[in-house]
This record gives sequence, structure tokens and C-alpha cells, in this order.
Amino acid sequence: MRRYVAGRLLLMIPTLIGVAILTFVIMRAVPGDIVALKYAGSPVPQSIIDDERHQLGLDKPMWEQFTDWMGEIARFDLGTSLWTGHSVVEEIEVRFPLSLELAIIATLLAVLIAIPLGVVAAVKQDTWVDYAIRLFSIGGLAMPSFWIGLLMVLATITFFGWAPPLVFTAITEDPIANLSQMILPALSVGYRYSAVSMRMTRSTVLEVLREDYVRTARAKGVSESVVVMRHALRNALLPVITVVSLEFAFLIGGLVVTEQVFNLNGIGKLLVDAVAHRDYTLIQALVLLLAAVFVIINFVVDMVYVVLDPRIRYS
Amino acid sequence: MTELAHPAVRGPDDAKRRYLESTGPRRFARFWGEFIRRRPLGTAGAVLIIIMLLTAALADRIAPYDPTAFNFADLLQGPSLQHLLGTDPFGRDVFTRIIYGSRTALLVGFTASFVGCTLGLVFGVVGAYLGGRIDQLIQRLMDVLLSFPLIVIAIAVVAALGTGEGKIGNVIAAITVPIIPRVARVVRSSALSIVNMPYIEATRAVGSGAVRIMFRHIAPNVFAPYLIMLTAFLGQAILLEATLSFLGLGVFEPTPSWGLMLRGAGMQFLEQAPWLAIAPGVAISMAVFGFNLFGDSLRDALDPRLRTA
Repeated sequence: MRRYVAGRLLLMIPTLIGVAILTFVIMRAVPGDIVALKYAGSPVPQSIIDDERHQLGLDKPMWEQFTDWMGEIARFDLGTSLWTGHSVVEEIEVRFPLSLELAIIATLLAVLIAIPLGVVAAVKQDTWVDYAIRLFSIGGLAMPSFWIGLLMVLATITFFGWAPPLVFTAITEDPIANLSQMILPALSVGYRYSAVSMRMTRSTVLEVLREDYVRTARAKGVSESVVVMRHALRNALLPVITVVSLEFAFLIGGLVVTEQVFNLNGIGKLLVDAVAHRDYTLIQALVLLLAAVFVIINFVVDMVYVVLDPRIRYS
Repeated sequence: MTELAHPAVRGPDDAKRRYLESTGPRRFARFWGEFIRRRPLGTAGAVLIIIMLLTAALADRIAPYDPTAFNFADLLQGPSLQHLLGTDPFGRDVFTRIIYGSRTALLVGFTASFVGCTLGLVFGVVGAYLGGRIDQLIQRLMDVLLSFPLIVIAIAVVAALGTGEGKIGNVIAAITVPIIPRVARVVRSSALSIVNMPYIEATRAVGSGAVRIMFRHIAPNVFAPYLIMLTAFLGQAILLEATLSFLGLGVFEPTPSWGLMLRGAGMQFLEQAPWLAIAPGVAISMAVFGFNLFGDSLRDALDPRLRTA
């Protein structure tokens, strides 16, 4: 067990280095370079361009640029934003809590939607309830989350005369105002996020309901609700947990677009704005950060799996 | 496993009849006949896809207006008989732009999915057949690509290649990149089970070269997962194009794109002109829905083993 964890932890290092290299390579695939792009079309003397290139270290050889960058990352210095002039770490720090909160609420909502509906669909297999729930989940996969968000805003405007406020209220300031602001974006991400987990819950519960021990439980006269809740659901949850966590990529995608729709100033919006402003230092840092978070989450999921399921003994 | 290579050979008595039925146009017709009878949802998906293909092909004939011409006399008109789905802030007919938008969605979706799946197929088959260092190298590269959330790598590629009017190729490239590793992984594992089959060894014994073995003998046998993923990723690619365009990182004006329509008009005029926010979203959802339904059923029909993949 300990060896397995250590091994997995060690395996993460080459992956993270690979991620850094790829991010670096993609950002250097820019035709010309970032300084040329920044000043494209404006009459700036060559000396200023050369100066800025020198400042950013773009006149050094590739490998030196890369080792410099890695050194900076090791010191938690991700450079300065080309657009705002603030440090990239600062830019991210300000926005991180919002995205994290959105992610947590969306995940909770997704689980709250997916698991009960999945269980009901499985118990009522091949009835209209099952079909309705499955249609609901397929819809979640087909509808873009930004459109769901737009429709929600549209509905609240038309029916309640309420539009999402332009100013963000932090949860520490006023929890009620904050939650009322976060609930719609979280729901629009969470709905889509729940679709896959709902399908997974349904199929695993169906599988478990056919197991011998469920038949035994029924035979000895345990009530159906206890059979479902205690015997079936418990054993079906493990794969569901995996799916919930693996769908984390959905979540990040959802954040990027939903923050745009609801005008929330989080990491996702920062990334989109950074691309619009051609702020390459910021893009590079954010892409690396999101990928690193993704890799680490995957690792944590594997560990949770080992802890939750005593049958799994990795070698 | 042998079933995959020779589905016909089961009993000696009617082996010949079965063989004849298992190949050529008759098998094709029988497969689809059964598909329509046994998979109503998949058939519904296929119908949606066919409608979309026809719309794209006949856009010039069925669209009532010019998709790009401004008409300042009819700005932000609500749905009416003249403009079935209303007009946008430039007076362009929304219905017409939805029709032409299917071209953009299919062009980007099909190209990205086709190129991505094909490159994934090549990487998967080459890795599985050659093995050793090359396989290791390809696998590590694919692992790294998979470490990026789909939308993040797409945005990174768009950022690197640049966006703008007429740069639709960059958008396609951005959607292609995340598809490659996902296909390569599945194809590799399918191909691994074929690599050690006797008929591959026989082919090698006759003197076929590596390239011939990989693409004449292995690739056709991983065609089922390839086709399934091609359909599934078509839906994903259409969704991704809409998302990128919505974020302002995809297709640019004046090209009609569903995602872009939601960005441009849907957001600013949500209160004033809600029809702008509804129709393009319905179009995106129906397209993705169609490809998802069809892809799911195709997977069940072609290769039940992939059900959990």
C-alpha cells in the first residue's frame, strides 16, 4: 500500500514535467514571438521590441528559457502579466477562491442530482420514469453549459425580474448574497456534470441489484427500500465516485464558460481574457496550473479508491 | 477473439452461406435493417444527422435570406412570418444564419473529428505493433496530452496559433489536438489484442513489411472502435466549436456559427430579444444529441465490448 502510493506519487513527476514541456512548446509555437504579436500593426521602433524581448529573456536559447522558467516555477514566481503588469501569482490568487467555491458547489449539486435520479431510474427500469430520467441526463450531455446558463438567466429575468448582479460578493462578506449569486452558475455546470454520473449510478445499481446477496436480502424479507439503500446503493457508489472525480475535466470546461456567462471574475474568465489580450505569460501559467490540478486530482481519486475499496490491493 | 477476424466460420455445413451473407452489400443492408428495427433511439439520432447534412448541403436553396447581408430596416425583429426566428442586431435573419451555421458546425466538427481520430488510429496502431521504445514514447506523449482538460488544451492551441477572421483552420487544429490521445489509447488496446494473432505472424512470414501489416491487416480490424469514436467525437467537436466561438476564441464574424450567435447577440440583448438566445442553443443541442444517440447505438451494435469505454 505505502509502496503503491509512493510509486504513484513518483510517477506524477515525469507527467508534470511533460505537461510543463508541452505547455512551453505550445506557447513557443506562436508564429513570430509574443512581443512581435503584441506590437503587431503598431509603429514601434525595433529597439523597444528588442528591449522587451531581452527583458522577457526571449533572446536566450530555447533550453535556457525553459530552465529559467522551471527555476521560476520552483520559486513560485510565474512572471508578470504582459497585460496588467501585475504578478501572475497575484492575478491568480485573487480569483482562485471564487472558482474553487463554484467548483465545490457544482460538484455537490451534481452528486445531489445524479445519485437519487440514477437510483430511481435503476429501480424503475424500463418504465416512463426511467426514460424521463435518462432523457434528462442525455440532455445534460448535449446542451452546452453556457446555453443552460443563458436560459437560466433568461428565465429569472422574465419570471422574477432578477438579473445576476455585476458585483461579486465574497462568501466571507455576506454568505446569503454570495450563495444566491453562485447557485445558478453552479447549477448550470452541475447539471451537465451530473449527466455522466447519473448514467453510471443507474447502470451500477442495476448490476448490483442482480447480485446474489441482494436476492438473499429480499428472500429473508428485508423491505425493498432497505435493500436499495443499504445493500445496493452502498456497493454501487464506488464507481460513481470515480466517475464524479474523473469528470473533473468537465468541471473545468464548465467553469471557463459559465464564469463568462454570469460575469464571474474567476480563473476561467482570466484564461479567456488572457487569450483575448495575448497575455502569454498568464496563459502559460494558467494552462500549467489547470493541468497540474487535473493531474493531482486524478492521483487523489486513485488514492480514495484504494481507501474506499478494501478489495483493491495494488501491487 | 478469432470471431473478430472470421465471423463467418462457425459450422462447416452452412459456412459458405454465412460467409456470403457476412460480406458485401447484403451484409450492409442487413446491418442497417436490424439497426433501424432494434435501436429506435439510434435511428432517431441518424435522422437528426441526416436532417443536418441536408440542411448544410441545401443551405443556398432553403435559406430565405443572405446570411451576411445587413438590413438596417429590420433590426432585432421578433419572430414573424417574414423572419421565422426573428432578426439579430444587424438585421440578419436568424433562421438563415442557423441554416448556414450547420455548415460551419459540420465543417469544423467533421474535419477535427476525422483528422483527430485518424491520427489517433495511426499512433495507436504504430505503438501497438512496433512496441518497445517507440510505443513508450508515443504513450508518454499521449499521457501528457491527456493531462490537460479538453477545453484547456484547445484554448492553449488557439492562443498559440492565433484567432481571427478566416482562421478557421486554427480552430479545427485546436479541436483536433485533444481528440488524438483519447482515440490513440482505445485503438492501441484494441490493436494489442490483434498484434499477436496467428494471421499477423503468417503475413509476416510471407514477407509483408511493417507498414503493410499495420495498415492493411491491423488497421481494418480496429475500424469498429474507430468509427464509433469518429461519431462520438463529431458531437464533441461540434460542442467544442460552439464553446470556443462563444468565448470569442473560435470562428469569427461574419461566418455564421451557432456558438458565435449566442455570444454576439444572445448575451447583450437577452432581455430585449430573447429569441436570439434560444434558437442557436437548440440547434447545437440537437446536433450533439443526434451524434451522441447515433454513436451510442452504433457502439452497442458494432462492439458490445466497448460499452464501458
